[in-house]
Amino acid sequence: MSSILVILVTMPFAVAVASFFISTKAAKIITIAAGSVAFMLSLALVPSASSRPQIVAGSLLRVDALSVVFLVATTFIYATTAVFASGYLSLSNNDAGKRYGRRFYAGLNLFCWSMTAAPLVNGLALLWVAIEITTVISALLVAIDDTDEATEASWKYVLIASLGLGIALLATIIMYYAGTAVFGSSYELSFTKLLSGAGKFPADVVRLAFVLAVLGYGTKMGLAPVHTWLPDAHSEAPTPVSALLSGALLAISFYAILRYFQIAIRSIGPTFPRDVLLIFGVASLVLASLYLLAQRDIKRLLAYSSVEHMGILAIGMSFAAPIAIVGVLLHVLAHAAAKGTAFFGAGSVVRKFATKDMRKIRGGVDLLPWSGPMFVAAILALSAMPPFGIFRSEFLIVAGGLQNPGDIATVVLVMLVTMAFFGLSWFATQTMLSPKDTSIAPGPSGVASLVKGEVSIYIVISMGIGLVALVILGVHPPEVLLRLLNQAAAELGRPR
Amino acid sequence: MAGTPSTYAGVADVATVLILLSEFAMLRAPLLRSQIRLYAFQSLVVTALAIVIASTRHIEELYVLALLSFGLKVVLVPSLVLRLLSKAELELGGSSALGVPSMILLAIGVSAIGFFSIGSLQVHSIALPTTALAISAAVILVAFLPIIFRADVVSQAIGFFSLENGVSVASLVVAAKLPLVVEVAFLFDLLLAVVVFGLIMRLHHGRTGSLSTEELDRLKG
Repeated sequence: MSSILVILVTMPFAVAVASFFISTKAAKIITIAAGSVAFMLSLALVPSASSRPQIVAGSLLRVDALSVVFLVATTFIYATTAVFASGYLSLSNNDAGKRYGRRFYAGLNLFCWSMTAAPLVNGLALLWVAIEITTVISALLVAIDDTDEATEASWKYVLIASLGLGIALLATIIMYYAGTAVFGSSYELSFTKLLSGAGKFPADVVRLAFVLAVLGYGTKMGLAPVHTWLPDAHSEAPTPVSALLSGALLAISFYAILRYFQIAIRSIGPTFPRDVLLIFGVASLVLASLYLLAQRDIKRLLAYSSVEHMGILAIGMSFAAPIAIVGVLLHVLAHAAAKGTAFFGAGSVVRKFATKDMRKIRGGVDLLPWSGPMFVAAILALSAMPPFGIFRSEFLIVAGGLQNPGDIATVVLVMLVTMAFFGLSWFATQTMLSPKDTSIAPGPSGVASLVKGEVSIYIVISMGIGLVALVILGVHPPEVLLRLLNQAAAELGRPR
Repeated sequence: MAGTPSTYAGVADVATVLILLSEFAMLRAPLLRSQIRLYAFQSLVVTALAIVIASTRHIEELYVLALLSFGLKVVLVPSLVLRLLSKAELELGGSSALGVPSMILLAIGVSAIGFFSIGSLQVHSIALPTTALAISAAVILVAFLPIIFRADVVSQAIGFFSLENGVSVASLVVAAKLPLVVEVAFLFDLLLAVVVFGLIMRLHHGRTGSLSTEELDRLKG
């Protein structure tokens, strides 16, 4: 089992280096292969992670049920994005196109490598290092299109995210400081060690470290009010990168927060950490559901939907019932699949209509016979319609919240999610289900001249995989996956 | 022991105060060039602090760290940013949303918040001085001001780098015995961040022909 961890942490890096030197066509193939292998290997970890407390490889790598949940989500997006990207990119065969392809695939694989490494490393310090690497690589990927907007988005992203990570580094150091009270002035910041001694850490120091961690990693996770980089970066990045940012990167940052949460509840009890997450969660949900009602840019719409879902995750963690925590972890998986699929669909639409402006997109389902309806399905999945996975996860979260009758947060959650549903479904009916409008003219040739047909079969395949995964999660999640989620929730919720 | 701080604690306090003062000086420096020099000076103090801690507490790995941080933060980063400046032929920083006096007043306010909130943690420890930690919290908070109020990429980047200096001081003071592999990983990451900041700054300069961030208002809502 431990060899799987080593393969997972080395293979994407090797593929990244290789794709810098080989042709774009070969890079496409090995990226799809690497993504699929990584996903299979993560799945192979599920049975043993759900029955054993941890799997270690050396002193640096370690997974438990919690990390495997995030590993599965990340590698799933890795694999499907690799498929999507090979259909989405249309590169000219000249030198500029080749250079772009090389950079893109090297960057994509490096980005996935850093995100795969984050849940695999053992310890808060190494986790910070992995997440910092995700920032620098993804900032370059956001800038790769070299437009005015992309440059602006990447500057805001690198500056704001680096500041957040500066704060997260301070949180790491302060948590180390808290540990010196138990372990003396020199020790390894590994999870096993921190969790074993957390009960004796000084409470005020842990409180400070936790708040700083939520603020710092919350910046990368997209929690309001420190989400401001997110819509810009998500909308201006190439669409495969947007899918990775939204489906995997935000989740990985949430994983970092959960690790601090795990230590904090063992040290200071659950009340304070839950309250902190509740405040950030409600702020994110309020902001996102309002912005969702007034969006004009299709990718910004999906970006604000990510802020909404991160808010749901934070609120879910603030509920005491274990079932809510199971729901939160299922939500991580379902959101990865749904948001990935939605961005793939948005990529198809943007390529077809040559605009991101939703006022200029009409008759999507007519013009895109496969990816159009699947895009609508993905949007419905994001709004928590059955039979998709997000319905089940949000249902579990709400059910957990309702177990405490005095908790009005559940009502707030349901209200705001309903508002977000209006925003998303209004958009879907306007752009996708409306008849073709010949009076508006996006791009040089106008809607009238667009012919019915798909942009690429790869886009359709990647969306199909995402939707199948969503239906599986919604209708009948595999037994072993549920065991994994329960095990992870038990580890997370155990107070001492 | 009570009342008189040890030599080590004294040196740590003086060094962190110097770092905080150079942070204040950056706020009033109108020339981008002098901001960069102040950053180099600040990094030099951080390096010196690392050497002092290494020798008084016999942590040999810290010498390696001091060497790396000297090469990186005192020499490499400032010279890279200065080169970018000479290409841009720009002397003065971008316009600031707040005047220098108000910014200094604000800085005094936020550094007091940082100082007292960390100071009130009341963690007692013989080896680890909490005063220096409290001052480094003040440095980190003050570093936000140029990032928020100055409208050019150089000031904002230097603001981030000096925030990182503040975190470095905090880590030197309270976590000097952090395993070396972790410390080197931190520095390596900083190097990466610097390279990426530099790349995006150049990209920005290439596209807009300036270092100002005032035109960065296309994306909103």
